[in-house]
Amino acid sequence: MIRSVFSDKTILWAFVGFAILSLIGTLLPNWVLNNAMFGLARGLAVLGLLLMWRTGLISFGHALYFGLGAYAVAMLEKFTGTTDIFLRLLAALIVAGGVGFVIGLVLRHYRGIFFAMLSLAFSMVLYGVLVKTEALGSTDGFSVSQTTFLGWRPSSKYPLFLSIIAICLLATIGVQLYLRSALGHLTTSVRDNEIRVEYLGYSVARAVHVKYVISCALAGVAGALIAMALGQVDPDSMVNWTVSGELVFITIMSGPGSVVAPFIGAITFEFLRTFAFEWAPHAWQLIVGGTLLGIIFFLPEGLWSLIRRLWTKKERRRDRYTSSAGARSA
Amino acid sequence: MTDTPVLRVRDLHKSFAGIVAANNINVDVADGEVVGIIGANGAGKTVFVNMVTGYLKPTSGLIEFAGREITGIKPRNATGIGVCRSFQISQVFMTMTVLENLLVAVSLAGQDRRSLLLPLHSDERVKECERIMARYNLTEHREKAASTLSQGVRKLLDIAMAVVSKPKLLLLDEPTSGVSSDEKFGLMDLVVDALKEQGTAVLFVEHDMEIVRRYVDRVLAFYQGEIICDAPPDVTLRDPKVIEYVLGESHRPGVDRQAMEVGHA
Repeated sequence: MIRSVFSDKTILWAFVGFAILSLIGTLLPNWVLNNAMFGLARGLAVLGLLLMWRTGLISFGHALYFGLGAYAVAMLEKFTGTTDIFLRLLAALIVAGGVGFVIGLVLRHYRGIFFAMLSLAFSMVLYGVLVKTEALGSTDGFSVSQTTFLGWRPSSKYPLFLSIIAICLLATIGVQLYLRSALGHLTTSVRDNEIRVEYLGYSVARAVHVKYVISCALAGVAGALIAMALGQVDPDSMVNWTVSGELVFITIMSGPGSVVAPFIGAITFEFLRTFAFEWAPHAWQLIVGGTLLGIIFFLPEGLWSLIRRLWTKKERRRDRYTSSAGARSA
Repeated sequence: MTDTPVLRVRDLHKSFAGIVAANNINVDVADGEVVGIIGANGAGKTVFVNMVTGYLKPTSGLIEFAGREITGIKPRNATGIGVCRSFQISQVFMTMTVLENLLVAVSLAGQDRRSLLLPLHSDERVKECERIMARYNLTEHREKAASTLSQGVRKLLDIAMAVVSKPKLLLLDEPTSGVSSDEKFGLMDLVVDALKEQGTAVLFVEHDMEIVRRYVDRVLAFYQGEIICDAPPDVTLRDPKVIEYVLGESHRPGVDRQAMEVGHA
């Protein structure tokens, strides 16, 4: 089983990449570590959106699940005083996945712009409720205490960083195995031809629903991780439509080519935003927007296509070298 | 063959906002029988196929499959019990290769839903697909995306995907439409032989009378939503009503068709 998992090149490279990142993490200053944590956590939500995109659907409302995950952490602490990472993640997973399951029962019958706008509408309902409800923190939200690990309270953020990396790796492996399976291949099948899927004996609505719930659960966990890394939850930075927009932005920026792409895209986005804000505090949106335009025009398959192009070039060069060496020795 | 027909249709009626698309349709199809459906455009052929396969719900009437009522069944449930179909416009997964198309079809045809979590490209499934590709002359197209195939090959793929679950009844909606005249008979030879081998009853909509004459046991002629003749091809294609309403005067016995065509030109 383990051998078959690591025979997958994507999983192997993800493992190597995340391992290197976890080592580099020990050398990074706090602000870089924070940015990397935000990037990785957002990457998790984008991984879910990638699953939807491959099915031919774009959700403009995943901030709903992102926010539910974050608020699950805050409410759990408020009502039970729990700060343990495992319980926090479990609560986020159950709340986001459960709400995703219920809303998915409606959304699975819609496609295109209707799916996108309905998902946005649902997320704005939660935003409205949070902003107007004093008991839920209203516009100020809640602060989130430092995360503990089975009772241990670390003195630095590195253990949380390591935990985020481990969760991202697990999610990457899980989604990659899912996409390799017959059920996972239904993403492309549903996008290509729903009628044929139905006439092959499988419910398209169920196929969409399963993918939607997975993506909601991933967004929920992502929200919980951001809440723990940031130490704060509030409607504007967790549930507002701009958060959904950001996730879609990163999805397009990353490209649908690989399960690793969302993390590369999300980390790039995080640093791009930080530096853009640093250099041009009044025009940072212009820089971020311009970058997305550039990517759409020149890399329509996202940042991942750039990596794939470089990789293919390298392989071709190696093949040429191998064949010319073979010819010389002959 | 058993006494219970594989398909039994009684008093089937379908209307759209008062416009009658199918009326008083009564048909029996026996196990392994090959039945052709002919009729002018708008005669109700595809509506009939759509009702039997669950794409449309009849306004009234009864459809039975192997003695079990399936009136208004969902398409996926129809497939599940052994009623499959192909389409006038091939319904395949365009961005996927021929092998991937068949792999998805084979994996969904399996009864064990847990096996859907196994990798799509499992050895067992690939072997099964190789056997299907060899049977339907698709092997040379194995790694080509469906969008790059000719109409004829895409039709074959569409039909191959419909039969992977070894249905008891297969409905083909114009299997040779859009296929070049060179490919038509080859395609039908392949399909009919393969289906006869596995004992599948076939109902197919067709406009080409040469195809109808050569491959079917019986012909249903449709006109304005009704069956005006249900008999072997020799009888149906000579029936005066069928000639008048479906085939046209050029098909009347004793008429020199070539001379008529020149005359019209």
